[in-house]
Amino acid sequence: MAAITLNVIVQGLLTGLVYGLMALGLSVIFGVMRVVNFAHGEFTVVGMYAAFVLFETLHLDPLTVLLPIAAVFFGIGYLLQRTLINPFVGRAEHEQFILLVGLATVIVNGLLLVFGPDARPINLSYSFDSYAVGPLFLDKVRVFAALGALAVAAALLLFFRYTRTGTAIRACADNLTGAAVVGLDVKQLYAVTFGLGLACVGAAGTLMATIADASPSLAQAYTLLAFTIVIIGGLGSMVGALIGGILIGVSEALAGFYIQPSMKSMFSFALLIIVLVLRPQGLMGRRL
Amino acid sequence: MSGLWFNASWRGKALCLLLLLVFALAPVIADRYLLSVLILVFYFSYLGHAWNLLMGFAGQLSLGHALYLGLGAYTAAALWTLFGIGPWLGVFVAIPVATAAGLFIGWLGWRFAIEGVYFALLTIAFAEFTRIGFDHLQITGAAGGLFLPVNGQAANEWWNLGGGPLLYYYLSLTLAAAGTLLVARLRQSPLGYRWLAVREDPQAAQAVGINVFRARMMAMLVSAGMTAVGGVFYGFYYRNLFPSQVFDIGHSIELILAPIIGGLGTVFGPIVGAIILTPLGEGLTGLMQSLGLNAPGAKAIFYGVTLMTIISLQPNGVWPWLARHLRLDRPPE
Amino acid sequence: MPIDKHRFSRRGVLAGGAAAGAFFIAAPSIIRAQTRVLKAAVLLPQSGYLAQAGQSCHRGAMVSASALAELGHTVELMHLDIESNPDVARTQAERVINDGAHCIVGAFDSASTLAIAQVCEQRQIPLIVNIGAAPQLTEQGYKFLVRNFPTGGMLVANGLKQIHALIDATKIAPKTAVFLHANDNFGMAQRQGMDKAFPNSGLPFKLLESIPYDPKAQDLSVEVTKIRGLNPDLLLVVTRAADAIKLVRDIVRQKFQPMGIISPGAPGLYDEEFYKALGPLADYHIDAIPWANPKSKVTQTLEAVFKKEQPNFRFAVECFNVGFTFDALLVAADAFKRAGTGTGPELMKALKATNLADHAMIGPPIKFDEKGQNVDIPSSCVQNRAQTPTVVLPADIATMTPVLPEPPWQGRT
Repeated sequence: MAAITLNVIVQGLLTGLVYGLMALGLSVIFGVMRVVNFAHGEFTVVGMYAAFVLFETLHLDPLTVLLPIAAVFFGIGYLLQRTLINPFVGRAEHEQFILLVGLATVIVNGLLLVFGPDARPINLSYSFDSYAVGPLFLDKVRVFAALGALAVAAALLLFFRYTRTGTAIRACADNLTGAAVVGLDVKQLYAVTFGLGLACVGAAGTLMATIADASPSLAQAYTLLAFTIVIIGGLGSMVGALIGGILIGVSEALAGFYIQPSMKSMFSFALLIIVLVLRPQGLMGRRL
Repeated sequence: MSGLWFNASWRGKALCLLLLLVFALAPVIADRYLLSVLILVFYFSYLGHAWNLLMGFAGQLSLGHALYLGLGAYTAAALWTLFGIGPWLGVFVAIPVATAAGLFIGWLGWRFAIEGVYFALLTIAFAEFTRIGFDHLQITGAAGGLFLPVNGQAANEWWNLGGGPLLYYYLSLTLAAAGTLLVARLRQSPLGYRWLAVREDPQAAQAVGINVFRARMMAMLVSAGMTAVGGVFYGFYYRNLFPSQVFDIGHSIELILAPIIGGLGTVFGPIVGAIILTPLGEGLTGLMQSLGLNAPGAKAIFYGVTLMTIISLQPNGVWPWLARHLRLDRPPE
Repeated sequence: MPIDKHRFSRRGVLAGGAAAGAFFIAAPSIIRAQTRVLKAAVLLPQSGYLAQAGQSCHRGAMVSASALAELGHTVELMHLDIESNPDVARTQAERVINDGAHCIVGAFDSASTLAIAQVCEQRQIPLIVNIGAAPQLTEQGYKFLVRNFPTGGMLVANGLKQIHALIDATKIAPKTAVFLHANDNFGMAQRQGMDKAFPNSGLPFKLLESIPYDPKAQDLSVEVTKIRGLNPDLLLVVTRAADAIKLVRDIVRQKFQPMGIISPGAPGLYDEEFYKALGPLADYHIDAIPWANPKSKVTQTLEAVFKKEQPNFRFAVECFNVGFTFDALLVAADAFKRAGTGTGPELMKALKATNLADHAMIGPPIKFDEKGQNVDIPSSCVQNRAQTPTVVLPADIATMTPVLPEPPWQGRT
């Protein structure tokens, strides 16, 4: 029994890391710009389709196209921020909400029109392999995806800590007026931030495509999942997003195993409620 | 209300009465399809009012109003199917059930200073939590659904909310009209002014002696109660309930589009929003059909683009702009 | 309705919606005259979360017009997307009846079907359910509804019968089974059927546990771990389309090897996306489900038309959705011919008197009981062979013999 429990925990951990990466993008965008990206899951699914198309047409392994897709998403994010989103920075949340819900509707139904409703798989030669470590079964794709998530998160963390742009963005997040006063180009930095957020999402979508099948109907669930994770982990905290992801992954896995699978999401929401009430800034967030 | 009425321009008064008259007489000329669309318009106006009280007046963003809607619908429907207690009585159970849930969430949130997006997430979490709970609640059929008896052509059981489209038409019209009156009245009441003060600046409101927590709780009380009544209507209009549909987050989102598009924090915004959005969806379907275009999803794309366009051009909603242009607005307060 | 239009354009408040609104208001309601042609409206969830199945049914409706013409029925079809949303389903039902539909066919999903049924009941327009398993559809006393589709309970009972035959035919001796089902209205209907039918089914194995899963969950690996812990010989599943892929994928990864994965009547195991995602690993799973009768003339006609008009899709894969949608339209066309009129009550009377021997799906002549339910829709065993669903039981219509236990996962690719 102990072995199975361990296996369940490890599975939850691996899945949670990829969820965490997805949530990371949201955390960056919200943490810095205070824009509630309600089209987050939709962008993730676009990333999944991007990986799918590259795999189908050019037979490229999603792991090899991770960086190019992230780069393209950076560009998309940058442009989106400069055109559509920027007027909404600093505006009321409900206005951002309608804008992004509208965008989400367009994305989901655009995907439905272009790709149809079927779930689109990426069949890698190792899709069905798993590592047997003692009594544990570790799915190869989940292990790769989780490692990828860690790598991307680490890169992002280093960027924010050690580069000039990264530090400047953090300055904007901490004190917007101060940042503007010392002469930082806030508009430009916001565009870079949104780009980075979307690059994260693109990377997450690419990794996600190896463990789940792309379909338009996934999007809304992913948005909700990302928000849950980010709030639990703490908005604006990179480590928090990963920890939130792991917590959700593991708690759902354990609840599914020991209580009832159909009730497992209940525990994520219960966890969210508890965290909001006891520690609204999130587990790793700074005080509000 | 009287204040609102006397302050309104004569054009505004005339339009108000004309609108009510036209809607009241619409069944004489309108066909059943149009009636079914108008029922949705009124239904979404009414729910928009309910949500608008909390968000537009008290400034608290709820993305989980499907919870109160579903609790209202399920309570009344379960009382009727399980114990034979009719909806006119059942609604008086449905309201306390939904308000209790609302007040609990409000208490939990505002006691601990959870606001904005955080509060919105809290409401989503409760709605989703409840959805899964109802998916397992055997007494209401769990995920299999709860079903009310058939409502045939001959049925005319207004005392059990069963009957033809006219019953639902006038019922929904009454709901929308009563909702408008209630909101208008509250807006002009001392409570309404407290809400606006709290919305604009909670700290300042607190400083002048307004109990912010209490004001918000009052808004939640009215909002959740109103939504529950809408839920009772929903349950008896559709006559079948599934947790995955009633409590779905999509449902919560659907019912807040009209008030935001129409004009948040205004009395007529929710109505204007519903009058725009519901016919827009239907019109797009009709357009696609007459063009012979079968592209599932295309309609929703236009719809999404419209949402983005309106909110970009008129961030405060259509009604304030419209009122300005038609010179319907009251003199500035 | 000129006054109407006037009202809407005069009233400034509609400004934004008027352009679009004018369309539906201006749409003339056609007076339902005595016509020679049946006007049927097909309402399906072509977008939204049921889009996969809805679009598959829609292809069935599309090819039905020509197939029915070849069988001597002229029908005029209206196709509308109900967006997996009962609100939309209800208004679209009103719309098509206004536009002169004599009957409505739909709507795959029970919730939307019930929304349409309300309208049909009040307007006395027959609703022919193509697919929709909630028992309540025909238990609620609707007078203008017929359903040529089994209830959840019937599906499971017939499915278990087929599983019995399957065990006899393949001489396997499973001792245990686990039942995994989606916790939605379709899955619950099946679960209730299972709880009722299994104890009396005389099947030789023990049902260890019935496990519900949340169809909105993104991941089924824990469910599989749980099943692996119980280690049943047979896995009985009721899934929603794409869930079946996740399920089998995790079963393979966790190296769990049951004798068979069998569905007592649910989508998922025979969808094109399932074959594309799993390749050879999609093979040998069995769905005990009503199926198009490969030996029926009507089916052959339908298949020929489908091949011509929908060359990008495989009839063998789509024939469940296509077949039931076609049969629903065939039932309507047949009743229309007998009634000689499209008036609702008379058409309904003719529908109730249906006795239709030649149809696409397996089974005796289509008849409806007083509740409007066709109580005799047998299931067959359909096994995936070379990534094609193939009828393996009952023997008289089978094109292959069943193979169980399933060959091991290793060496399939």
